[in-house]
Amino acid sequence: MRFESPTTTKAAASMLASESGAAHVLAGGTDLLVRMKMGMVEPDLVLDIKRIESMKVLKVAAGGVHIGGAVPAVELGESERLRSLWPGVVEAANLIGSDQIQGRCTVVGNLCNASPAADSVPALIAAGAKALIVGPKGKRRVGVEKVVLGPGKTSLGRDEFIEAVVLPARAGKSADAYLRFTPRTEMDIAVVSAAVNLTLSRGVVTAAKVVLGAVAPTAVVVPAAARAIIGTKLDDAALEKMAKACRAACNPIDDKRGTVEYRTKVAGVLGRRAALVAFERAGGSK
Amino acid sequence: MSGVTVSAKVNGDAVQYVCPPNESLMDVLRNRLNLTGVKEGCGTGDCGACSVTLDDRLVCSCLVLGAEAEGRSIGTVEGISQDGELHPLQTAFIDHAALQCGICTPGFLVAAKSLLGRNPNPSEEEIRYALAGNLCRCTGYDKIVRAVQSAAKVMRKQKKS
Repeated sequence: MRFESPTTTKAAASMLASESGAAHVLAGGTDLLVRMKMGMVEPDLVLDIKRIESMKVLKVAAGGVHIGGAVPAVELGESERLRSLWPGVVEAANLIGSDQIQGRCTVVGNLCNASPAADSVPALIAAGAKALIVGPKGKRRVGVEKVVLGPGKTSLGRDEFIEAVVLPARAGKSADAYLRFTPRTEMDIAVVSAAVNLTLSRGVVTAAKVVLGAVAPTAVVVPAAARAIIGTKLDDAALEKMAKACRAACNPIDDKRGTVEYRTKVAGVLGRRAALVAFERAGGSK
Repeated sequence: MSGVTVSAKVNGDAVQYVCPPNESLMDVLRNRLNLTGVKEGCGTGDCGACSVTLDDRLVCSCLVLGAEAEGRSIGTVEGISQDGELHPLQTAFIDHAALQCGICTPGFLVAAKSLLGRNPNPSEEEIRYALAGNLCRCTGYDKIVRAVQSAAKVMRKQKKS
C-alpha cells in the first residue's frame, strides 16, 4: 500500500486516475480504517485529502454554504451561523458517533460511505445540497440524492471524488430538522430517520422536502409527504396524511434492530415530528 | 511496503518515526514511541481507550494512520501530568476510585481533559454525552462522572487564584 497526501484537487485526481489497483480516498478515516482493519478492503493507494486547502474550507453565508470534503463534523456545530441557517443539517452531522468520531468524520465521507443509515445524508438531500465532484475531466455538480446508489455503492467514477457539498441560498422563514430513532441515546446507528426542510409564508408551508433514512437501500425522498403539508399550518389531518405517505415510502430490512412493521410505523412518527420541529424553527405556530 | 517518514510533536516534544503506510497512529505511539498509556480496546473507534488529541481535537488513534500525523501535534495521557504533579483529573480519578482495571482510564482522562478545555463547567448530562465514546466495562460510569465534576471544580478554582 502507498500513502499519498496531495495538496491540490488536480494532483489528487491524477493520482486516482493513474492508480491501477484499489485506490481509496481518506478523509476522516472513521469508516475506511475500520474496513481496512477488518480486511474488507485492501487498498493499493490511500489518498489523504486533508492537505488540500480548498477541501478544508467551511464557508457559511445566507447565499449558500460550502462544506469542504475534509471538514470534520464537529466544525459544523461550532459555526453559530450554520446552526441558525441549517439546524437540521448540523444536528444530523453532529449525531454521527462520539466526540472522538466527530473530530474526524466528514459529511462528504458519510455520503461516500453510502450507508442506508447515514445520518447526514437525509438532511443534505432535504436541504437540496449539491455534491461538487472532481475528476480527471474537471468538475461537475450533482444533487446529493444522485450520489448513493445502494448500500456501499455510489455513482462516482473510480477516478472521481467529492470536493465539497454545497447548500443553496436560504429563503426567509425556512428551517430544517433531523430526527433519528436509536435504541440507545448515543453511539448508535439509526433504525429509522427523517429529515424535513420547509419554508413558510404567512404561517403556511409553501415549500417542503421530506426525506427518510434507514428504511430502504438508500435515503428516500417522499414527495407525497411534502405535498401533504404544503399549503397547511400542519393541522392534524395534514400531519396524518404526511405520516401515511412516509409509511408508504418505506421498503426496510428486517433485522435485530428493527422489524419491517416497526421501522415503517416509526417512519411516520418521525416524519411528522421532524415536520413540527422544522415548522416551529421557521417561526410557525399552530 | 515502503515506510513513511514522519515528523510530529508528541506531548510537546519533536519526534520522528518511520512506519508502514497502513500502520495506525495507535500502534506508532505504543510500539515505536513507547507511549503505552494509549490502549487498544476495540481497534475500531467504538471504545475510546486509544483517545489522543490531534492538533487539539479529540480522536481515536486507532482510526488515524501514523502517516497522517506529519507536522501535527499529538497529546497522550503521558502528557497530562506536569512536572511530576498529577493533573486534577488524575487526582480526582484516584480520590473517587473511578477505575478498576484501568484499561479505559487513559482514554477517559484524555477525553475529559478535552471536554474541560472546551467547557470548564459542564453539566452531568454534558459530561455523559462527551464521554459517550469511552467505554468502561468494570467501574461503571457514575464514579467517573463524579471525578470529572470534582476535577472541574478544582480546575475552576485554580484558574481564579
